[in-house]
Amino acid sequence: MKAFFDWADQRTGYKKLIHETLYENVPGGARWRYVWGSTLAFCFSIQVITGLALWVAYSAGSQTAWESVYYIQHEMWGGWFLRGLHHYTAQAMTVLLVFHLMQVVIDGAYKAPREINFWSGVILLLLVLALSLTGYLLPWDQKGFWATKVATSIAAITPFIGPELQKLVVGGSDYGHHTLTRFFALHAGIIPGAIIAFIVAHIYLFRRHGLTPKEPRRRPDAAFWPDQVLRDAVACLAVLLVVVFFIIRYRGAELGAPADASEQFSAARPEWYFLFLFQLLKYFPGGTEIWGAIVIPALLMGVLVAMPFVGNWKLGHRFNLGFLWAMLAGVGLLTYLARTEDAASPEFILAVQSAERDAARVIVLAQSPDGIPTAGAVTLLRNDALTQGPKLFAKNCASCHRYDGHDGLGSQPKDKISASDLKGFASREWIAGLLDPARVDSLHYFGGSKQKTGKMVKFVKEDIAEFDAAQKAQLQKLIIGLSAEAGLKAQSAADTRDAVVITEGRKLVSSTAMNCTDCHKFHAAGTDDPSAPDLTGYGSREWLLAFISDPSHARFYGERNDRMPAYGPDKILTAAEIGLVTDWLRGEWYVPKADKTPN
Amino acid sequence: MASHDCPHCPPPTPPDDRRSFLTKAAAIVIGGALAITAPIAGLFVFLDPLRRKSDSGGAVLVASLNALPENGEPRKFSVLATRIDAWNRSPNVPIGAVYLQRVGDKVRALNVVCPHAGCFVDYRGAKNHFFCPCHNSSFALDGQVQDPKSPSPRGLDDLVVEIRNGTEVWVKFQNFRAGTHDKIPV
Repeated sequence: MKAFFDWADQRTGYKKLIHETLYENVPGGARWRYVWGSTLAFCFSIQVITGLALWVAYSAGSQTAWESVYYIQHEMWGGWFLRGLHHYTAQAMTVLLVFHLMQVVIDGAYKAPREINFWSGVILLLLVLALSLTGYLLPWDQKGFWATKVATSIAAITPFIGPELQKLVVGGSDYGHHTLTRFFALHAGIIPGAIIAFIVAHIYLFRRHGLTPKEPRRRPDAAFWPDQVLRDAVACLAVLLVVVFFIIRYRGAELGAPADASEQFSAARPEWYFLFLFQLLKYFPGGTEIWGAIVIPALLMGVLVAMPFVGNWKLGHRFNLGFLWAMLAGVGLLTYLARTEDAASPEFILAVQSAERDAARVIVLAQSPDGIPTAGAVTLLRNDALTQGPKLFAKNCASCHRYDGHDGLGSQPKDKISASDLKGFASREWIAGLLDPARVDSLHYFGGSKQKTGKMVKFVKEDIAEFDAAQKAQLQKLIIGLSAEAGLKAQSAADTRDAVVITEGRKLVSSTAMNCTDCHKFHAAGTDDPSAPDLTGYGSREWLLAFISDPSHARFYGERNDRMPAYGPDKILTAAEIGLVTDWLRGEWYVPKADKTPN
Repeated sequence: MASHDCPHCPPPTPPDDRRSFLTKAAAIVIGGALAITAPIAGLFVFLDPLRRKSDSGGAVLVASLNALPENGEPRKFSVLATRIDAWNRSPNVPIGAVYLQRVGDKVRALNVVCPHAGCFVDYRGAKNHFFCPCHNSSFALDGQVQDPKSPSPRGLDDLVVEIRNGTEVWVKFQNFRAGTHDKIPV
């Protein structure tokens, strides 16, 4: 065996190389403060390996990027862990870069003859931040999309070349396939290639000049192996454990709803370590943005680059230390301000909740038997009643109606409630409330509308209020019978169980005893010229579609319609949109088999 | 390498200057040509986006006049048009969004994109203004910058609106460059 190693060594000289690597002199012996460079090299190697593994399954394109990341995260073996490892190691790298920079500045390792090595480190810092920025867009989710839009908009204000630079980065005028292919080429090819070149230079120069010892030296010089290697390994292990903790805690990296340029996204924020730049931009009124976006960051970088020269001056090292601490404090303060401002904003909190809801919902839809269509996952949310129903309701219905007391999205509209609350419309509970003398003229039902003084309210408050026990029992059956017309999904089990009562109830609606058909039509019963809405199929999909489309139709309120617009004929909503509101109000949306109860 | 292989060989004789100049020049020219061919080939494709123009086509039917509240409150609408994304052409898909509002018997259309850095501006009914959730720019209902401390260099971008057939609101949808005082189409 020895003969083989000797043979190989004669041809490669590997023994000398290993010896140089392992027995490099560590002046003053191994110390914990020297570990940062190694932890960064370790993190970078993790990023290369996990990045290549993600590449195996990633597809850059506006209809495939989110979809392929979803597939990695939710369908592939260990995909969530792989993404998590890549995501949280990137964050760890940023933190470690700051530690490394602090150690280099505090120990004066930037001074001659190590200036070029220091600058190569500054370039590496910028390249790693560029990796973060480009990687944030690749999942093509709402958060990455809108946050990166801010970054590329800032690129456009660069003096002289801004608009051209922006076009080159974005790959055209608008975000699309070529934005992703370019960001991916930068993220997986160009920037890592540059990083590898600079790391080689950085390590070469580091070895050439040796480690900058921290004075006073506490112990005699020692070799890199094994004491410093052990310390480096323990530090890398600690980093890995922290990363794994975050992966497990958050079940991998976040994946928001697919990017949609037409969908409001008020929760757009950059990655946490860019929040200080984001916050800084708030302080520069219109026209002075360039100061916050370009000039100040460039000046700070300029001072950083000048450190080796400043360090030659008598008080230079102290200045450099003071500058570093001041910069870190400033970054910390701006980050804190950004966080506290968001935490105190009810609108931001609602926006984050809405983003989380959409993100969770699109996964459910993507996992449905229909899967993701070739037009992309963005269409899943656009065609989903649970997602679009509340938004359409808030925009078109909530200036009069409410849904469980709010506008469908959890907010309070500017105008007071002036029409019924439609949560559970046509359900047994809802109809029971309508036929309750104490509630029919409340704001929950007819209290805010023209119908408050109508015949129905009068009938409920005068006639039903006088019902004896037997009539009240009949009324219960009538409610069950009428509600069954809707065929609500949430009531399907109860409707099947109560088939006999439903038959009785329907007869009661048609009967003269209950007086319904004096004004309403119900199947064959009732007047041909009704003065109130037709109750045949009351609350069913067909009934509600037709009602929302045109409540002034003779089948419904006719001329007695209060203020409700004819959403269909007046082209306020498209047929598809009316369908989405209808399905949402009726609780009809895709629910996975394991969980059949709509919420 | 040579000295290692042949420790006793004499050192190579320096070439004569004239021949050496030609050799060096030829090596540099050939080497240079070899070195730049691939980067130039790549550069063309890299620079291709510079000649791409945004597809700011004609007016698009966005909404019915009936969908706009009489009280002038803004409503947000998606703009559906043909989206061209490199090799894909998708008809009738959302390409952006606008806020529409009645102003007397006319309609005002504002692009939802904040002219500061491209975020989606929010309409806040309670305060009756537009607010950018990113860097806190605020805009009055007519789109003008409201709070002078707003980072936005200009008001929201208004778009050309046409009412056709009495009730159809058609908008010439365009995006504009962010971060500039002037409204420059992209």
